[in-house]
Amino acid sequence: MIAKRRHAAAWAALALAAGLRLCAAADDHTLQEIQKYRQMLQEGNPAELSELRGEELWTSPRGPNNATLERCDLGLGPGQLKGAYARLPRYFEDAGKVQDAESRLVHCMMTIQGMTREQATRDWYRASSDIEALITYLAAESKGEKIDAPLSHPEEARMYSTGRELFFRRSGPLDFGCSSCHSLEGRRIRLQELPDFIERRSAERFMAQWPAYRVSQGAVWTMERRLIDCFRQMRWPEPDYLSDAIVALEVYLQRQARGAVMEAPGIKR
Amino acid sequence: MHLAIGLWSAVGAALVGCTAVPASADDAAARLAEQVLRKSLSGATSEQWNTRVKQDATQAACSKFRNQPPPQIAAEIASRARSAVRYPQNAVLIGDWRAGEQLASIGTGGQISSLNPEAPSTPRGGNCYACHMLAPTEVAAGTLGPSLTGYGKRYGTSTDAAKTLYQKIYNAQAFVPCSVMPRFGHNGWLTPGQIADLVAFLLDPESPVNK
Repeated sequence: MIAKRRHAAAWAALALAAGLRLCAAADDHTLQEIQKYRQMLQEGNPAELSELRGEELWTSPRGPNNATLERCDLGLGPGQLKGAYARLPRYFEDAGKVQDAESRLVHCMMTIQGMTREQATRDWYRASSDIEALITYLAAESKGEKIDAPLSHPEEARMYSTGRELFFRRSGPLDFGCSSCHSLEGRRIRLQELPDFIERRSAERFMAQWPAYRVSQGAVWTMERRLIDCFRQMRWPEPDYLSDAIVALEVYLQRQARGAVMEAPGIKR
Repeated sequence: MHLAIGLWSAVGAALVGCTAVPASADDAAARLAEQVLRKSLSGATSEQWNTRVKQDATQAACSKFRNQPPPQIAAEIASRARSAVRYPQNAVLIGDWRAGEQLASIGTGGQISSLNPEAPSTPRGGNCYACHMLAPTEVAAGTLGPSLTGYGKRYGTSTDAAKTLYQKIYNAQAFVPCSVMPRFGHNGWLTPGQIADLVAFLLDPESPVNK
């Protein structure tokens, strides 16, 4: 028995040595340390505060109509929240377009609560905005649910192919596109691990974590906030909030991550 | 220096081999995506559109072929790239490695953002460390590109070595068509003098890259 165990240990050591030679020992160690740090943070994710505030906002009468959002239809029927976020973006008949969680939320704030678009989206990108809290709450209501954004409607299919085009589209003074950084497996920018959205498991792992509390920002970032920031980093102009380019990219990414079990809100650097 | 080119191509091929990339786009989908993008960037000025979003022939081809251009297109990209390289006026290809070292760490500049604005005077650099290992003492180095540690020890400081490296930084696509590395010189992001400083940072025996 002991001999057998020793044998196994030797094989493991050999495999480890081979692995280290391939990947460089320092890299693995660095990533392990980062993982440990993330785990520690996950045990006390400040996004929970945002989630609680989001629930309160959801159930409180607000806006000119003094109405709550409890009748909002996120795609699974009015008031059906469980698993709704995981099945977005999708086509909505009443809006005549494909909407993601954020554009659908704003749609509900406008149609049910009577807010203007400006009122509904005020300071959406700032820490502690209503949008941040509400989206954190909605995403958390999909915890444990599988990502499964539909593609059966022709508009959904169109948005998918548009998102895929945009993902691979390169331009600007640094020739960047999403694919510059997100189509290679197991790479980093500096110490930051990069999701590879071509590779299914990597796409699943990353998409399941958004929206996420960002330690460096002291705030939960929604998926739109995350994607718009990528445009800044690519040195492109920023797309409009809730615009079709962003929703299309989300359709593509959610499709790449299809089947992933939602763990949001996650926690990131 | 052929060895260097061979190595880069091999690394490129190995990277590409790792992932299944979808087939290249059909033109209708690409046209629709352009329309969607234009509408979604409603705040962009026409100058921003022209300098940041509008594609040149190389960018358009690399987008269309998902960074894996067929041989004919790849040859065109490389030949366009080679013929457009411009050198420093003083013809010095190996500049100041200390200046190069600074440029290698600067990842700011040139951003357009209303949500997270950057001061217009923010310096811009090559941000080499984002993607490459260089000086072994800098552990926070990215892995999108190959490690360049000890580059000068491998290739020396001959005029040929310096020229090839200069061309590579000026326009990596002269060697690897549709490389994800920015065309720093071609796009005017770095000046010829700055590129010579980066060449020095990589080749100079005194540079920490070669210590």
